[in-house]
Amino acid sequence: MKADVVIIGGGVIGASIARELSRYSLKIILIEKEDDVAMGTSKGNSGIIHAGYNDDLKTLKGELNIKSNLKFDKLCADLKIFFKRIGSLVVGFTKEDFDKLKELKKNGEKNGLRNLEIIGVPKLFELEPNLNPQAKYALYAPTAGIISPYKFTIALADNAVINGVKVLLETEARDIRVKERQVCGVVTNRGLIETRTIINAAGLHADEIAKAAGDSFKINPLKGEYQLFDKQWGNLVNHILFPIPNKLSKGILVAPTVHGNLLIGPNSCRVKEKGDLSTTKAGIKEVYEGARKLIPHLPHQDLINSFAGLRADIEGRDDFIIEASKNIRGFINVAGIESPGLSSAPAIAEMVCDIFKEVIKEISPQLELNYKDDFIEILPEQPRFADYLDKTGEWQEIVEKDADYGEIICRCEKVSKGEVLGAIHQPVPARSLDAIKRRTRAGMGRCQGGFCSPKVLKILSEELKISPLQITKKGTDSEILKTKTKDMIKETGVKFKDEIRV
Amino acid sequence: MKLEYDLVIIGGGPAGLAVALEAEKNGVENILLLERDKYLGGILPQCIHNGFGLQYFKEELTGPEYAERFIAKLNDNRIDVKTETMVIKITPNKRIIAINRNDGLLHIQAKTIVLAMGCRERTREAIAIPGNRPAGIFTAGTAQRYINIEGYIPGREVVVLGSGDIGMIMARRMTLEGAKVKAVLEIMPFSTGLIRNKVQCLDDFNIPLKFNHTITRIEGRKRVERVIVAQVDKNLQVIPGTEEEISCDTILLSVGLIPENELTGEMGIKLDPVTRGPIVNENRETEIEGIFACGNVLHVHDLADFVTEEGEIVGRAVGKFLKRNRKYRSQPIKIVPGDNIAYAVPQHIDFIVPERKKIKLFMRVKKPAERVRINLLDDKDRVLGSYKKRIVTPGEMVSLYLPEILLDDKLKNITISIKKG
Repeated sequence: MKADVVIIGGGVIGASIARELSRYSLKIILIEKEDDVAMGTSKGNSGIIHAGYNDDLKTLKGELNIKSNLKFDKLCADLKIFFKRIGSLVVGFTKEDFDKLKELKKNGEKNGLRNLEIIGVPKLFELEPNLNPQAKYALYAPTAGIISPYKFTIALADNAVINGVKVLLETEARDIRVKERQVCGVVTNRGLIETRTIINAAGLHADEIAKAAGDSFKINPLKGEYQLFDKQWGNLVNHILFPIPNKLSKGILVAPTVHGNLLIGPNSCRVKEKGDLSTTKAGIKEVYEGARKLIPHLPHQDLINSFAGLRADIEGRDDFIIEASKNIRGFINVAGIESPGLSSAPAIAEMVCDIFKEVIKEISPQLELNYKDDFIEILPEQPRFADYLDKTGEWQEIVEKDADYGEIICRCEKVSKGEVLGAIHQPVPARSLDAIKRRTRAGMGRCQGGFCSPKVLKILSEELKISPLQITKKGTDSEILKTKTKDMIKETGVKFKDEIRV
Repeated sequence: MKLEYDLVIIGGGPAGLAVALEAEKNGVENILLLERDKYLGGILPQCIHNGFGLQYFKEELTGPEYAERFIAKLNDNRIDVKTETMVIKITPNKRIIAINRNDGLLHIQAKTIVLAMGCRERTREAIAIPGNRPAGIFTAGTAQRYINIEGYIPGREVVVLGSGDIGMIMARRMTLEGAKVKAVLEIMPFSTGLIRNKVQCLDDFNIPLKFNHTITRIEGRKRVERVIVAQVDKNLQVIPGTEEEISCDTILLSVGLIPENELTGEMGIKLDPVTRGPIVNENRETEIEGIFACGNVLHVHDLADFVTEEGEIVGRAVGKFLKRNRKYRSQPIKIVPGDNIAYAVPQHIDFIVPERKKIKLFMRVKKPAERVRINLLDDKDRVLGSYKKRIVTPGEMVSLYLPEILLDDKLKNITISIKKG
């Protein structure tokens, strides 16, 4: 297999870069080791598009966050995903906090933000009636917004595929081939891909990939746990509520999600392993208690999910690494993309694109980088019943054209069979229960798939024409079912007394 | 499509089926039954074990047999049924929006509505078990569907958390299919299910039931590999040092059921924080006149037989409502849960009860107790009635009739309380 460029990693960064590069006539392959895109940091984060007051404009974090923020309205409209610019409040309680808020505001203004405002009582409680009554001030940033980070990543990757990018799932980079200090290929579990340029967007594993190319930096995973509450509580807050940020992170936030749930988290905890996505008793407590400092009355009984994500924190550095390798030609590192990485993704992709052009000039001057005339910027609409609950007449027309849209599979999130089939046939197709869940929300609701997962499993099996035994939760080795009934008892040979009735 | 009915029943499980048949018997003519699954019976078709019908039919049936008795009768009657139809919205003025493949969106105006949507299982998330999120974690009911309806077994080495009825029944079912059930863990010092299920499902198969135990951590990246279990103290807190590891590929959760009252809540009907079902009067009528609720959507029952009984109460009540044949009391009587009573349904009594009719109360206790008296007390703690019970336990519902003779017009509250003796 051959490509002009191989992107390693199907997170929000790899997908953004793939989409950006797909504007040019290039043969692009994106490889992802998991069974879907957005499987690492891109699915386990707060889903916040930050306004851009936290970081110094002289850093990449500061610069790229500011550059990206205003792009999200059009980008998300084009990609047909929700983006809600609901604004954020950094909440302060003491005089010390107030000084910190003034500092943040000053920094934001230096970064070019003109609409920051420090508000006090009573306006604070008009904006957030359920806020801790002891709160006194808040830095209000109206341009902050919320997004579904995995839906965003999937949409970017879908759009890239429509524009000719090849996305290879369950394809892991095992080694980088280098000849005379020039990249010449990627060795994967599925064979060699010949290429003269590689973009390393491997997230938590970017240091391992870089090492294979001779670059050395170290990524230390920093875990953050989250909790998600039932949809009936999404309106408990109206904005993204942050505490005063500390050195490690922006703190445990409380925010609605674009789908109307309530999200709290993350904490910050160093972990040894890059795959450690476990939640812990201490973490669950820390997040809950942390969030209660902002919103004292949390609906404990309506917790529907808790999960963890890992930040790709670079040892000894407080900024992204986005640069061509100094050791070998044709290798670009995009690493350490922790917060505000999601918020910076569009500008990161543009920056990588510029670096790529420079690299190409040097190593393949004959390769002409031309804009494609037929680049498709806009994704087609995927009808979702949940968005039509107030316009049932329009949904009626959709059902009349395709009855699958009249069969509701997931009762909690009101997802139709048509939507599940749509996810299976999307440009980056869903092959597992979790992949269907991320695309359609079937299984994302209060019963957490109790009712719909047997139905979704059946649809996957019928549509992909494979046995139900092969359907997984999230790729190889996560099969849901073990054997057909009666087969296991034949294997074990256990006999029961006849008089036992069942 | 626009439709009009005198009675629309949401849910075709044992509650909805009983309502439909009993309402028709009581003169209700224009009835529509809506069911979201492909078949009627609710969860009964996947309950292939026996033990159904002992109360209602005085014979022992399996779940599918029990359901079939009602479904067969329904087919003889002029009751409209729409399966694979999901109700999306109900308004307080009794308009229903539903959807299915053939009709698309249905807009139905009803004179009366019965909520019979049943319940759902509590998930791992609801009890916040820490650890990884691999494949192999199922609620017991979902595992039951995979085995008994879909024909596939979801695990080889199983740990069951919670001694609810479905958990114990599935421990036996998995064992009979050749799986190894390593333990059933119960955080309480007593079983939360029926006593007969503990005997027939666990004891008969030598499946260990560990009281005061819970899962403290789930491990395994792609598939469950092991659980860490530990003993808890009186306050349900883990006792340090008691942790042990059990290797398994599957966890079944039987940690409680939650009435599915999203439609109810969205229409503004108040829910009882204990039952998580609507607050109802003796007709099982919610605060909106003509909207009734019964079965597991009202409160979680132990036996399908009692669900049927409650459905029939509602069927009769709908008949009376449509004939405008009922008289309000001058003031309602509140039923108040007292000592060791978790909840009682109905929560209030609104009507003057015709002679020779009795009001049935269903309740659950908080803690197990033996040789007790259930006392009904008036506002001045005078005993209105007293019933002997050899044993009460949270896993088994207690039911009793309120004699109409006690319901004098001045009575404001009846407190139910359990005392030794």
